[in-house]
Amino acid sequence: MKRTRTTGVSRRSTLALMGAGAATIAMPWVARAQAKTIKIGMPTILSGRVAQLGTSSRNAVMLEVEKVNAAGGLAGRQIEMVIRDSKGQPQEAARISRELVNTDGCELLIDAEASSGAFAVHEVARDLGVFCIHTNSETSSLTADPKQHIPNAFRTARQGVHDSIVGGSYAAGIAKAKGLKKWATCSPDYAYGRDTTGEFTLYLKRFAPDVEIISDSWPKLFQPDYTEVVTKILQAKPQALYSCLWGGDLTSYIDQANIYALFTQMEVFAVNMADYTALTVVKNLPKGIHSGNRYIKTYPGTPENAAWGDAYKAKYNEYPTNWSWENATAIMLIAEASKKANSADGKKIAEVLRGLTIKCPFGADGTVTMRGEDQTLIGYAIGWGTTIPQEPYVPEVKAGDWKTILELEAEWKKSKGYT
Amino acid sequence: MDLDALAGCLASPACLVTQTTSGLIIGMLLFLVAVGLTLIFGVLKVVNFSHGAFYMFGAYFAMTAYQFTGSFALAMLCGAAGTAILGLIFERVFMSRVYGADVLMQLLVCYAFVLIFDDVVRMIWGPEFKSMGMPSAFQVPPLFIVGGVVPPYYLLLIGVALAAAVVLGLGLARSRIGKVIRAAAHNPGMVSALGINTGLIYGGVFALGGMLAGLAGALAAPVRSLTPGMGFSVLIESFIVTVIGGMGSILGALIGALLIGLIRSFGSLGFPLFTEGLMYLFMVIVLVSRPTGLFGKEVA
Repeated sequence: MKRTRTTGVSRRSTLALMGAGAATIAMPWVARAQAKTIKIGMPTILSGRVAQLGTSSRNAVMLEVEKVNAAGGLAGRQIEMVIRDSKGQPQEAARISRELVNTDGCELLIDAEASSGAFAVHEVARDLGVFCIHTNSETSSLTADPKQHIPNAFRTARQGVHDSIVGGSYAAGIAKAKGLKKWATCSPDYAYGRDTTGEFTLYLKRFAPDVEIISDSWPKLFQPDYTEVVTKILQAKPQALYSCLWGGDLTSYIDQANIYALFTQMEVFAVNMADYTALTVVKNLPKGIHSGNRYIKTYPGTPENAAWGDAYKAKYNEYPTNWSWENATAIMLIAEASKKANSADGKKIAEVLRGLTIKCPFGADGTVTMRGEDQTLIGYAIGWGTTIPQEPYVPEVKAGDWKTILELEAEWKKSKGYT
Repeated sequence: MDLDALAGCLASPACLVTQTTSGLIIGMLLFLVAVGLTLIFGVLKVVNFSHGAFYMFGAYFAMTAYQFTGSFALAMLCGAAGTAILGLIFERVFMSRVYGADVLMQLLVCYAFVLIFDDVVRMIWGPEFKSMGMPSAFQVPPLFIVGGVVPPYYLLLIGVALAAAVVLGLGLARSRIGKVIRAAAHNPGMVSALGINTGLIYGGVFALGGMLAGLAGALAAPVRSLTPGMGFSVLIESFIVTVIGGMGSILGALIGALLIGLIRSFGSLGFPLFTEGLMYLFMVIVLVSRPTGLFGKEVA
């Protein structure tokens, strides 16, 4: 009589399964490394006043992830994004980041938080040692301050000090040409507003020493009414005004200043004007506001940048934002570093990423570089120009000179005691 | 502190005109929101924590009507009428069920609706901020009165708010409905015993309060960005106004709102880093010296 084996789990198989289970519990990264997909965690702001920017970060990431996955993923592993809403609260951003790594099994982090949350996520990355790219925080000290430095954290966001050097130089040129000596400032009363305005006036005065700040206004963030600020500026009678108000605050300010004809009485420099979030919302955009480029598809004026802006609009039925290009660049860099390392491992990606230059639609010369010494992005398109009320909104952008930016940035770091 | 700037402004007729009208604009919009709040509290004895949502809906209704019709007058009408209807439904379906409950329960219900209304706006109009744009009739250079700058649109805004204040004040003081409302605020049981439908009065008062906040939102829509949650900051300032003026007092709301407007306007010159603080400081002084507010006697 022929003996047949019954189907079921043999003792040997059971032991093997138990062994594998024990190893997985003790060493979760072993299981993750063997998983076919690689999870990338992304805390960002998907509700509240700046939800539009968080959503645009998510959209840009998904646009690029689809391309990477279609090309085979990261070293053969398909990317699975795990995106969570921090509601713009730093403690929530930190909690979510920890959860994404420890519970959801994310091997890499994209920190798409504003500055307040980015510093909180940075501490989580320091604690867990997980690979992390900050994509939206423009506060210079996040990467400039050596105390903040950790080998596993990078930044693809533009830096406030870069913007201020270019803006200060551009504004000083106009100040000298038009004899604008009396200036006023009006910026939101929190760290970003105070720091950016301070850095802008520092470089404005450096390039145009005759300039005098005769009035400063600090409306609170998300203030609904700026009437008293507008009339205060009118009373001071400055020749030029600088503002780093942004988003809905900037559009409110423009609407309210417009009916006082403020824009006909002085030159206005609003660093955050040239972003589609503001440009497309203001119904009566005054001609001739000076602005830094945030994201516009016409600068850099390359077919690659225009194609990227159009592809984004075709997919999401709206234009990308400043946060969009910063997040798209993060995925582009990760993909290229992974390809060069032939690995999806965070440590190996980080090693290749330091000093890596890639082709990029947002580069000033078609490339961007992840600077090795402080692990922050340089070489991105940066410039200022004047607005018109219809597309292309900023027809001519005067490009910032990266050689000058880097020289002055080095000086600034030294003055801050960072080097 | 820049007392020289403040003194210079007080000595200059042009600056006085500009800053005074600036204060009136801020004050009048605040009045329209605060008067609804105080009216609802005076009659219904409910602190309507969700009142800012009606300001928000008024702005969104007006923007939508303006986009479809291009008529500014129709936009104002839609902003006011839409929120009146919303207020009536909100009161009859939800708020009327918690009149007997304690204050905490009422606050919780109102706060829940703050969140719900914000999400409803987010679902219908999207999370991004929006702008209605200034109607072309008002896209004109500002007027110069004694050298001071006054935008024509703000003259309209002040006029509409003043007219609302007069109609409301006279209506409550002189008309039969006004007398019934005042009686209901004083003794609802007696009013009900006289065969008057108090539920209808309560619903009507809530609708009126909502309408005034909606009108404020509609008037603000051409000059302020529209975003889910926009009612909250206005609500906080409206509470300050009602505390200063006295809960339940319409005259108090008017005076309180104008004082806050003028404090902000002139405070931004003399105390640029303490303008917000000045408002709260003034509220504390009023509370300490007159705990019921400046016109607190009128509280029913």
